Amino acid sequence: MLVTEELSYRHSDSFGLSSIDLHIKQGEIVSLIGPNGSGKSTFLRLISRLITPGSGEVLLNGERLKRMKSQEVARNLAMLPQMQDHQLDVTVGELVEFGRHPHRTAYGKLSQEDQEIIDWAIEVTNLGAYKNRLLHSLSGGERQRAWIAMAIAQRPKILLLDEPTTYLDISHQLEVMELVAELNESYGMTIVMVLHDINQAASYSDRMIVLKDGRVRFDGIPQCVLCKDMFHSIFEIDAEIFMKNGKCFFTPSKLRKGECHESRGRKETAN
Amino acid sequence: MIAVHERTKKDQHPLARKRLIVLVTSGSLLMVAAIASLMIGPVSFSLQEIWNGIFQSTDTMERRIVWELRFPRVLVGMIVGTSLAASGAILQGIMRNPLADPGIIGVSSGAGLAATTIMIIFPAYIMFLPLAAFLGAFVTALVIYALSWRGGASPLRIILVGVAINAVIGAFMSALMLLYSDRVQSVLPWLAGGIAGVGWVQFEMIIYYVIAALVLAIFSIKHIRILRLGDEVAKLLGHNVERSRFFLIVLSTLLAGLAVSVSGLIGFVGLVVPHIMRSIVGGDYRFLLPASALGGGLLVVVADTIARSAFNPIELPVGILLSFLGGPFFLYLIQKRRDSFAGN
Repeated sequence: MLVTEELSYRHSDSFGLSSIDLHIKQGEIVSLIGPNGSGKSTFLRLISRLITPGSGEVLLNGERLKRMKSQEVARNLAMLPQMQDHQLDVTVGELVEFGRHPHRTAYGKLSQEDQEIIDWAIEVTNLGAYKNRLLHSLSGGERQRAWIAMAIAQRPKILLLDEPTTYLDISHQLEVMELVAELNESYGMTIVMVLHDINQAASYSDRMIVLKDGRVRFDGIPQCVLCKDMFHSIFEIDAEIFMKNGKCFFTPSKLRKGECHESRGRKETAN
Repeated sequence: MIAVHERTKKDQHPLARKRLIVLVTSGSLLMVAAIASLMIGPVSFSLQEIWNGIFQSTDTMERRIVWELRFPRVLVGMIVGTSLAASGAILQGIMRNPLADPGIIGVSSGAGLAATTIMIIFPAYIMFLPLAAFLGAFVTALVIYALSWRGGASPLRIILVGVAINAVIGAFMSALMLLYSDRVQSVLPWLAGGIAGVGWVQFEMIIYYVIAALVLAIFSIKHIRILRLGDEVAKLLGHNVERSRFFLIVLSTLLAGLAVSVSGLIGFVGLVVPHIMRSIVGGDYRFLLPASALGGGLLVVVADTIARSAFNPIELPVGILLSFLGGPFFLYLIQKRRDSFAGN
C-alpha cells in the first residue's frame, strides 16, 4: 500500500533520515516510536508530502508520490499534524466539511454523497451533539476527535496521525485510541501513527517501528519489539516487560549510565 | 471570546443571528449615511431637494451641488472604503495575522511613491496616475513576495519583509520631498488622503475595476477559508497553498491600489474595519468579507461627511480624520480584546 525506497532527508548535520525502506501493508496499524529527534514526525511529513525528500521514493499504491496531484494524494492519504490552531473559529460541522475539499470540484455545492460522508465522520467520532459548536469551545479530546473527523471525511485509505494523544488526559487518550482501532477494524483504514506512550503503542498496534537517529532500528510485532535490549539501546533505560492477555507492556526501572548516556549528552550540547 | 458565551439553539451556527444583524445593519446604515451625506454640508438640502437634484437634469443649484459634487463624492467614498476594507480583510485572512494591512506591509506606500513620482517629477503625465498607483502597489507586492520566498512564502516573513520595504519606500518618499521641495505643495493633500474634489471622472475611472475585483473577491472566499486552517492542513487537503496565496495578494493589491489612486493614502480602514467585524461576526470569510466591505464603505462615507462639514469653513482631508481617530481606537481595541489577537 505504501512503500518507501531509500528515503532520505537531511535537515542539518545532526538531524535527518537516512535510507528508510519500509513497506506499510493494507489494514495495518503501525506505530512509530523513538526518542525525541529520532525522525518519527519527519517520516510522517515526508510520506504526506509536507516536506520533500532529499533522495529516495515514496510509492502510494505503486504510484510515485511525487508524480501524483495533490488532490489525488489527499483522496488517498490523510494526516493529522501535531499542533492545531486552538483559536480557529469554525464549528465542528464546518471543519469536517473541509475534509471533502479534495473530492470536490471548483465551486459546486456539497453533493448528497459529501453530506452523507460528513454525517458519517461526525457520527463515528461521536460528535453528533457538537456539530454546531465552535471548535475552540470544546475540550482537548473533543477537539482532537473533530480534527480526526475532518481527516476521515477525506475517506483516505491511509491515515497518518502525529502524536494524536499528546496533551490529552488519560481517558481522552484512550478515547482517541479506541477510535483509531475502530476506524481500522470497521472501515479497514490503514493507520500509521507517532506515539510517545510505548504501552499504548504496544497495545493498539499490529506493528511497531522504532526509529533512532534517523534510522529504523526495530520493526516488528509488539511482542518482538518490546524487549530489554530495545529499551537499553534506544532509550538507554532498564525496563521490566510483562505479558497479559497476549498484550505486552513495560515499566521503566532505571536510567542506564555509561557510554550511551554520555553520547546522548554530547549530541544535545551540539544541537 | 464572545462566541463561547453565546447561548443559541443547537441546530444553527452560534453566530448566525449576529451575522445576519451585522450584515443587515451595516447595509442599511450605509444607505442612511449616503443619504445624510448628500443632505449635509455648507448648503443643507431636504430629501425632496436631493431627489430633484439627482433625477431632474435641469440646471438648478441642487443639481449642481448634489449631482456634480456630493453624489460622486459619496460613491467614491463608498468604493474607496469598500476596497480598502476588503483588501485588508483578504490580507489578514491569508497572512493569518490581524496586523496585515495594505498600509502596514508597504503596498499602499508603494502605490503612494509611484503616484507621488508622477505628480512631482512628471506632472505632464498626470492622467496615468491611477495606473502608476496600481503598478506601484503591484510591484511592491511582487518584491515583498519574492524577498519572502524561501521554498514557500510564510505569512510572518511576508509581514516582516513588508515592514522593511515600507521603511525603504518611506525614505525614498522623504528624499523626493526634499529634492523637489518647491513642488511638494501640490502633493500634500493627496498624501494626507482625501476625496475632496473627486467627481464622476474619478468614479468612472475605477468603478469597473472595483466591480471586477470585488467579484473576484467573492470567488476568493473559498480559498481564504482553506488557508485559514493553516498552511499544513490546507496542503494536506490537496490545496495549492502558494498559488492561492499569490493570487490573493495580487487581488488585495489591486483593491488597495485602486483606492489609493483616487483617494491618496487613507490609512486604518483596511486594518480597523475587518478587525471590528471579526470580533462580531467571527472569522468565517463568507460573512467577514461582505461585512468588512459594507463597514469600510460606511466608515469612509461617515468620516468624509464629518471631515468636510464639522470643521466649517475648513475642509479636513478624511485621511487625517481617520488616522486621528483610527490610531487611538485601534489601541483601545488592543487593550480591550487582548485575547482575540491570538489566532485570527
